[in-house]
Amino acid sequence: MITFDQTTKTYEGGVTAVKGVDFTVEKGEIVVLLGPSGCGKTTLLRMVNRLETISDGKIMIDGEDSMSLDSIELRRKIGYVIQSNGLFPNMTIEENVMIVPDLLGWSKKKKKERFKKLMDMISMSSDEFGKRYPHELSGGQQQRIGVIRALAADPPVMLMDEPFGALDPIIREKIQDEFLQIQKEVNKTILFVSHDIDEAIRMADKIVLLRDGELMQYDTPSEMLVRPKSEFVREFFGKDRAIKSLSLHTIRELQDIIGLAEFDEGIEDTITINVNHDLRNTLSMLLNQEADQVIVIDDDGNKLGAITIDIVQKYLHFEIKAKPTLVQKG
Amino acid sequence: MDKWIKFLEINASRIFDLTIEHAILVGAAILVALLIGVPLGIYLTTNDYLAETVLQIASVMLTIPSIALFGVMIPVFSIVNLGIGFVPAFVALVLYAQLPIIRNTYTAIRNVDPEMRDAAIGLGMKPIQRLFRVEIPNAFPVIMAGIRTAVVINIGIGVIAAYIGAGGLGVLITQGITRGDNYLIITGSVAVAILAMIADGFLIWIQKRYTPKSIAN
Ligand SMILES: Nc1ncnc2c1ncn2[C@@H]1O[C@H](COP(=O)(O)OP(=O)(O)OP(=O)(O)O)[C@@H](O)[C@H]1O
Ligand SMILES: [Mg+2]
Repeated sequence: MITFDQTTKTYEGGVTAVKGVDFTVEKGEIVVLLGPSGCGKTTLLRMVNRLETISDGKIMIDGEDSMSLDSIELRRKIGYVIQSNGLFPNMTIEENVMIVPDLLGWSKKKKKERFKKLMDMISMSSDEFGKRYPHELSGGQQQRIGVIRALAADPPVMLMDEPFGALDPIIREKIQDEFLQIQKEVNKTILFVSHDIDEAIRMADKIVLLRDGELMQYDTPSEMLVRPKSEFVREFFGKDRAIKSLSLHTIRELQDIIGLAEFDEGIEDTITINVNHDLRNTLSMLLNQEADQVIVIDDDGNKLGAITIDIVQKYLHFEIKAKPTLVQKG
Repeated sequence: MDKWIKFLEINASRIFDLTIEHAILVGAAILVALLIGVPLGIYLTTNDYLAETVLQIASVMLTIPSIALFGVMIPVFSIVNLGIGFVPAFVALVLYAQLPIIRNTYTAIRNVDPEMRDAAIGLGMKPIQRLFRVEIPNAFPVIMAGIRTAVVINIGIGVIAAYIGAGGLGVLITQGITRGDNYLIITGSVAVAILAMIADGFLIWIQKRYTPKSIAN
């Protein structure tokens, strides 16, 4: 658990990059720091492992003030992944991944086993890649190595600064999915910086939206999309961004996963919609309040159930978390 | 040409001895220069103000004509009765080797990708671990380039050491000049050139051998 308590950062020269930010990242949650360039995401992240000093306020890690801990020990307990992957070109993949265990004095045998386990997680062969150097890997592979390096000593907390930012969109999505799968298994407390709205929606349990160092809203992605607390938040996500992701799915997919609501024969003002309709159109129909009840029918006209804004919202949230099983083969 | 070959046959063992003498003088000077220059170069990366001063002094040193520097050594070392011979020549060569070694070490460590350094700190390396595991290995080719420059400079300048009685291949050349003997001059010069090439070749081999292959280019 990471708690930010009026955390503030003023750089030498007077720029206040983070202004009195308050929020808590619960254990096992992925919280994405989102916002325009220069809003203070990286600064906020780097204060957690004390790569930047905290000017005012505090950061508590599992209830302990981070400033009261030894910075070296603190960093070894916090996995750190950066966009450029930060792999050391003078070390093999195995050496790179095993840095923290090595610093912690693990035995050779234990390191070997751990390396194999980590490589298995990202479906890379430890025999094939272990002795290679970073430049002998593709960008996507390097980035995955960067991720397992951060996981190597099984730290409870992970900090990730645009870890997939340098990858092309298709590979990025794959790696995001893979990472979400891994997270299900390892259940880390994760702070994740992104400036990509789609990525944030996909990855986040909760999003911290920042502007000029101030926290604008802290909520689940669907809350933030559906109930933005300010004009800034609304505009930041754009009118159609969230909905765009819904257009990839049909009502049938929603029905398969979370099911539909019971429909009420008594309601007069009812319209029907085909089960193969995509969710984006469905949602806009629901938002337009064309009728009091929207009933889903199959191709034969059988009534399958009713659909509501809340269900779509729930699906949006579910879809984000369960994405790997849904689209992986796509 | 025949005459020269004859000359070589007669003087072979002397030429060999002088070459060894030259190599020892330069080798010893480089070794000490390394022990001073590399740590100093590394230290300077943590102290910008001092870095500027030291690098300037070292630059100035390299612009002093060698004959003048050797000349200065004589009165200085006369105080301790070592005015001529190995010691003043050795000290002069150590000084000449400083600039390329300090400067290259300093620049190489300085230029280690800041993101890499950042990753090292973020993973919880202590400064000394960072230095030995990340910074020095990645700076190694550039540091080696500085050492090679220093060695070649020293082999050349070492010729002048003959003037202050430190021996080496300079002896052949100075004798050749005073006697007007071209064979001596040419032999001395060629031997210096060959020594420089062998030394450089050896250092290139070391550089290749110990440069992590992934940062070689
Ligand atoms: N070392 C520094 N010294 C002074 N100001 C800095 C420093 N690092 C960042 N800043 C300033 O602090 C503010 C926040 O920077 P930060 O890097 O945290 O932004 P960011 O949200 O990560 O941006 P991006 O999306 O572009 O990475 C910016 O105005 C930046 O110019
Ligand atoms: Mg940033």
